[in-house]
Amino acid sequence: MTATTSAPTTRRLTTARAMSEGIAQEMGRDEGVFVMGEDVGAYGGIFGSTGGLLEKFGATRVLDTPISETAFIGLGIGAAVEGMRPIVELMFADFFGVCMDQIYNHMAKIHFESGGKVRVPMVLTTAVGGGYSDGAQHSQCLWGTFAHLPGMKVVVPSNPADAKGLMISAIRDDSPVVYMFHKGVMGLPWMAKNPRATGPVPEEPYGVPIGEAAVVREGADVTVVTLSLSVHHTLDVAEEMSSRGVGVEVIDLRSLVPLDTATVLNSVHKTGRLVIVDEDYQSFGLSGEIAARVAEVDPRMLRAPLARVAVPDVPIPYARTLEQAVLPTRERITAAIDGVLSQ
Amino acid sequence: MDSDIRVELYRMMVLIRTYEEAILREYHADKQPVFDIGAGLVPGEMHLSAGQEPVAAGVCAHLGSGDAVTAPHRPHHVAIAHGVNLDAMTAEIFGRETGLGRGRGGHMHLFDPAAHFSCSGIIAEGMPAALGQAFAFQRRGTDRVAVAFAGEGAANQGAFHESLNLAALWKLPVVFVIEDNDWGISVPRSASTSVPSNGVRGAAYDIPGERVPDNSVEGVHQAAGRAVARARAGQGPSLIEVHTLRLWGHFEGDPQAYRDDLDGVPGRDPIPTYESTLTEAGLLDPERISKIHEDASVRVEQAISFAKDSPIPSGEQARDHVFAQEAHR
Repeated sequence: MTATTSAPTTRRLTTARAMSEGIAQEMGRDEGVFVMGEDVGAYGGIFGSTGGLLEKFGATRVLDTPISETAFIGLGIGAAVEGMRPIVELMFADFFGVCMDQIYNHMAKIHFESGGKVRVPMVLTTAVGGGYSDGAQHSQCLWGTFAHLPGMKVVVPSNPADAKGLMISAIRDDSPVVYMFHKGVMGLPWMAKNPRATGPVPEEPYGVPIGEAAVVREGADVTVVTLSLSVHHTLDVAEEMSSRGVGVEVIDLRSLVPLDTATVLNSVHKTGRLVIVDEDYQSFGLSGEIAARVAEVDPRMLRAPLARVAVPDVPIPYARTLEQAVLPTRERITAAIDGVLSQ
Repeated sequence: MDSDIRVELYRMMVLIRTYEEAILREYHADKQPVFDIGAGLVPGEMHLSAGQEPVAAGVCAHLGSGDAVTAPHRPHHVAIAHGVNLDAMTAEIFGRETGLGRGRGGHMHLFDPAAHFSCSGIIAEGMPAALGQAFAFQRRGTDRVAVAFAGEGAANQGAFHESLNLAALWKLPVVFVIEDNDWGISVPRSASTSVPSNGVRGAAYDIPGERVPDNSVEGVHQAAGRAVARARAGQGPSLIEVHTLRLWGHFEGDPQAYRDDLDGVPGRDPIPTYESTLTEAGLLDPERISKIHEDASVRVEQAISFAKDSPIPSGEQARDHVFAQEAHR
């Protein structure tokens, strides 16, 4: 990479650069790793996830595909079955409708249907999330949909260091991993971004374990379980609330499958109060799942009813005022925390 | 055509038919007097391939165990012709722990990594994986090929067309084989397909396409020989459609009331036809024919016994194998 800081531990990268660095290091280590998708070559990925890879590894290992998601995701599956390690990009998660059969009926099920005899070690990367007025077909998170269907691991990094570590872990994993990155955390120059979209990233290869959440801020009064861009909004809120003397503990799930239930329960046990912030649709999804896992173990851990901040069950609207009204904004998160604390 | 190859094609078709007749017998044996699809030692949907033997035998004669094959929901003939482990395949159909998928897959989901064989119950969606296998073979500098089988109904699916374009674009060593058995369950080809031959659809992707019109195993063998040689030589994919025959129902239990061609079906059975051809050519005689049938029967009954004698998976293990065990890397 071309980062020019002296101390590796303080070197700062955008999430996009961290992702592509993780891919590049694995491609250098393992000939079987290759990248495939729409505009992953000369463009470097519409959201920067494959920047610089074509220049480094050439068109035999970084392949632009036709707009044929069923064919090229299926191609990735076949190559993985034969022992290669494809990284296949679905440009927007919203596009899963044209290729979901390959994803959930094939990529996710072959290992099980073969009684564990056929492995599908592939990574399906895909961009998620809204907040920039891209409308109902280009703004969804949908991670609850993927996590609902058995057979694929699902990871959702929120920051550069996790983006690199989860990418390396995903590539090395022998199961299919869906790697969902929010456009708002990539650090793109052409989209408003949170300052945490750029952060320190170790230069050497390392893995972040799949299935481990991170307590990204400790606090005694209320637990907020969240992921992806909402982690940043929640940290902003937590910072503001600390000046009011409120201790907000923030959990970044990082992985949905497997889900780190223990870290959630430990925190809720400590604080007794829970807010779940999820940019996916509210009903039948992640926020309900977290609530159920707490209730299944001991609902008496909660000293007040929990609150959910999610997208109400409407498609993501286009107009800024309408879109901001349904996304989990700092204002909605603040109100939810205040509500839980007031009971 | 080489005499040994001709007899071998016949032998393979007999083995396949013997197998399908045995599965038919076992499937219905404990579904009497009232048919219940979920009952018996072999429950669930059962799509048998009688009549389509020439396609599997003719194509797979050109393949080795290093070549990959994907098949659709009606997979037995293709699996057998490609040398899938017959005992383990049968045990899978019987839902046993010794099955190809330890009883997790069933007859539409057979995976034999040693033979690079897989199948899928979703129309046309088993085809794209063949591209990836071919891609891996190509990248490793081998001359191995991948063959994707599908029915004529699949040729109207997006996955088929996407696969043809991508395989042609990247010159992947793939052979696409369409088995036209006239029927998409109950819908005749005339009501589903705009072209008289799916072979012409190859032209849309600038690849060779042809139709074998008569369910002739030798016609299939010759067409497949050209296509496989082309793929091995790095010249890219080909498309072959075979007008074959669905001798029985779409699945077992299908009353076929919609079918207006049933009277003529027995006369179109490809195995007696080929038997006569080879007898007239002096390659078969009654004694040899009977020996081939007997050998097939012994082999098939051995597989059925293996399956029946195999342990049934415990319900306590139903959650196993969702994910690969920890990476060893």
